[in-house]
Amino acid sequence: MTSIQDQAGATTPSGMPDLTSSSVSGNRNRVGTILTIVSGVFVAFIIIPLLLVLWDVGGRGLPLLFNTDLYTELPPPPGLEDGGFGHAIIGSLMTLGIAAAISFPVGVLAAVYLAEFGRGTRIAYLVKFSANVLTGVPAILIGLFAYTIVVRPLGSFSAFSGGVALGVLMLPIVIRSTEEALLLVPNEMRQAATGIGATRFQTITRIIIPAAMSAIVTGLILSLARAAGEAAPLLFTAFNNSFWNTDPMRPIATLPVLIYFFSIIPYKPQQDLAWAAAVVLLIIVLTASLLARFFSRAKKF
Amino acid sequence: MTSVTGGSGDRSSTANRQLVDIDKRVTTAGVLDSGFRGLTLILALAGGACLAWIIVQAAIAAWPAMQLFGFGFIFNTTWSPVTGIYGALPQIYGTLVTSFVALVIAIPVGIGTAIFLTEDFVPSYIRSPIGFAIELIVAIPSVVLGLWGIFVLVPMIRPFFQFLHSTLGWIPIFGGDAPRGNNLLLVGLVLSVMISPIIISITKSTFESIPPELRQGSLALGATRWETILRVLIPAGLSGIVSSVMLAMGRALGETMVAAMLVGNANRISASILQPGSTITSLIASQFGEAGRTQVSALMYAGVVLMVLALVVNIFAEMIIRRFQNVE
Repeated sequence: MTSIQDQAGATTPSGMPDLTSSSVSGNRNRVGTILTIVSGVFVAFIIIPLLLVLWDVGGRGLPLLFNTDLYTELPPPPGLEDGGFGHAIIGSLMTLGIAAAISFPVGVLAAVYLAEFGRGTRIAYLVKFSANVLTGVPAILIGLFAYTIVVRPLGSFSAFSGGVALGVLMLPIVIRSTEEALLLVPNEMRQAATGIGATRFQTITRIIIPAAMSAIVTGLILSLARAAGEAAPLLFTAFNNSFWNTDPMRPIATLPVLIYFFSIIPYKPQQDLAWAAAVVLLIIVLTASLLARFFSRAKKF
Repeated sequence: MTSVTGGSGDRSSTANRQLVDIDKRVTTAGVLDSGFRGLTLILALAGGACLAWIIVQAAIAAWPAMQLFGFGFIFNTTWSPVTGIYGALPQIYGTLVTSFVALVIAIPVGIGTAIFLTEDFVPSYIRSPIGFAIELIVAIPSVVLGLWGIFVLVPMIRPFFQFLHSTLGWIPIFGGDAPRGNNLLLVGLVLSVMISPIIISITKSTFESIPPELRQGSLALGATRWETILRVLIPAGLSGIVSSVMLAMGRALGETMVAAMLVGNANRISASILQPGSTITSLIASQFGEAGRTQVSALMYAGVVLMVLALVVNIFAEMIIRRFQNVE
């Protein structure tokens, strides 16, 4: 950059009385250098907290993961040692399973409409607008929503209501990522399928969706990973439970909620469990992000 | 769309085999086809209606409190389950202050980082891991950040707060009692790290979508790289930057776990950001579990206030993005 500047200054035709050229140029370059350094500092401001979080959570949590009691035991009563969060693992899997059962079919098929049937229509525009705004609705409000439509009518906190909350949370993510995946499939494939006499249904189920499969699955995994770490919508739906539970109609412990409750009580064994759960969540999230990155690179049309 | 393919199918069949096959088409594949189309349409509408349903449910649940407290709820500072008087001004104040602090940090950091990652300051083998790291920040569960904040960040940053308090304590926003750790500034700091990636990713793609001619033209006129960035690229990408800031603000307003775990949950308004406070989200998270009937309704009312804030910000952002995309 500087070399171009200097050359430009040097080769300026003598007719131009550019007296202050060199001094202004130096000043401008100095401002540029300062700004470059400042932006580098900004990058550090973002990266350093990430490294610190990974370092601290990994350092405190990873050693705890080798204790197999962690996955098979209940948390200890206050004052006692050891124990685990097996019940919260089951709870997280159950709520996520219910959430996936709700959001995957609805989200994928809604995205099929947006990308295949309704492309460019007013309905598709409104649905997309609404889904995008829904992405921005705070998770805690989605928890309140699930509370009013499930917990209140049924009369108790339940794993099912937690699944509903997470499902609503995941829905716009599933819709958006699936639609993007379908739009990546080139139009020639649709035309070719129609050209050999396939109906729209056949084209979509046998050609388009298989072609977009890896991208769709990536989106679904990412939406699950995002939901796996959410505590706010579960606080008034799945709530918490200190004991084993597999009944979807009763309150259930989940990993994020367990972290929240155990981080605000002053017992060391519970805090250790919180760190171990945090590492588990981080591993899930990091694996999903890496997988997504790998898959999104793997397939290009 | 189906009518087009159906039409072309009919035409070819009439040309070849007269009108014999039309009934057969309608009964088999055609029914499946239109049934599938109908199903996807219904589910798309259901997905779209979710937002409206959430808003309506919140309004219904908050209605008793709305009737009881009216608009006074927004200006009242008392939150007392004992006397049954509820007002959310301290929480609204806390929400706005923490989001504001987060934005003051995240806007320059986000835009600066986006520039750093798009303008070839460093080779791509450094840029792409940084980009991936920034994606990871979005993925970290906020409850994990809250845990980290309680046990690592607070002890680490307390001396800095005390330094701010002792040297700049004469300025009201750093004044008040000696800082203990949990306060509005702390939440703002953690939020700024959480929302910067939103600003970075949208600003970055905005810069990447600016036609290269603009950049080349500016450089050809003799502007330095930073003059080009400040006078050409940022004004050209302003709509994208503004919408990214809006989305980031929406995230900051609604973030729950970090606020609930780090803000200190004190029901008061203090001018100093080094004092504990509370936010709408921390209020709901900490009180909902053991709330009575009126209190639940009051908490729902607080939720509606948050909903209005978040919706305004998000719809605004969405409309800017739409307009921006249409222009392209």
